[in-house]
Amino acid sequence: MVLGAVIGGFIAVTFLSDGSVIDLNAKTVSDLNELGFKNAGATLLPPEIYNWTSVWSLKGLLILIGAGFIVGFGTRYAGGCTSGHAITGLSNLQWPSFIATIGFFIGGLLMIHVLFPLIFAS
Amino acid sequence: MKLLKFLFVGIFFGIVLVKSEAVSWYRIFEMFKFQSFHMYGIIGSAVILGILAIWVIKKTQLKSIENEPITIPPKDKGMFRLLIGGTIFGLGWALAGACPGPMYILVGTGVFSMLLVIGGAILGTFVYGIVRDKLPH
Repeated sequence: MVLGAVIGGFIAVTFLSDGSVIDLNAKTVSDLNELGFKNAGATLLPPEIYNWTSVWSLKGLLILIGAGFIVGFGTRYAGGCTSGHAITGLSNLQWPSFIATIGFFIGGLLMIHVLFPLIFAS
Repeated sequence: MKLLKFLFVGIFFGIVLVKSEAVSWYRIFEMFKFQSFHMYGIIGSAVILGILAIWVIKKTQLKSIENEPITIPPKDKGMFRLLIGGTIFGLGWALAGACPGPMYILVGTGVFSMLLVIGGAILGTFVYGIVRDKLPH
């Protein structure tokens, strides 16, 4: 299934895309601009984080490996991720999944509203 | 054949998540800023459909395509692990702009630096395994 997901991603961008940009809220684009992210929505992911030139710096490496680390750690600690808790857990009306989803949002809101200005604003 | 069905589900999952833009870092940022209905629409419709599907599966005791009963194990409880673990996950989700499934899909779209995030995630699950007995759950 993991291999399938990789192939699915490849098929979607290679054969099923017309190169159109992501139609983000204009406010989102200007908020991102203030944080140093230009051309928001032109690609799926920001080159400011995922381009090799951004990756090969101490900060760039720490962001990617650190983000991955806490996703992996948090997934196991909470006993599930977005699909395990927020989608299938809620679909199965699981109370623990509802609490975990609240946790996902506490973390996400904290990162975007409090930590992003500290990490990215120049 | 048995593996092939997983492959097809994976391919379908990958295409849907790319085309719905759910794998986009920008969409996740926008969601946490409450500036668009986009991601809430995706997650909300997935949950509504999921509730219906699981209700039908339980009601009719539907069998899988291998003619075996479908069982969905209940989630583990524990307020601390759910809230703190969930918060840790959320911090990483917003920073990387990807949760575990989309990480692999994004490698397929050609973003090979995502392999570093995957490496970090595997390390994270490994470290959890080491320290789990010392953590409150």
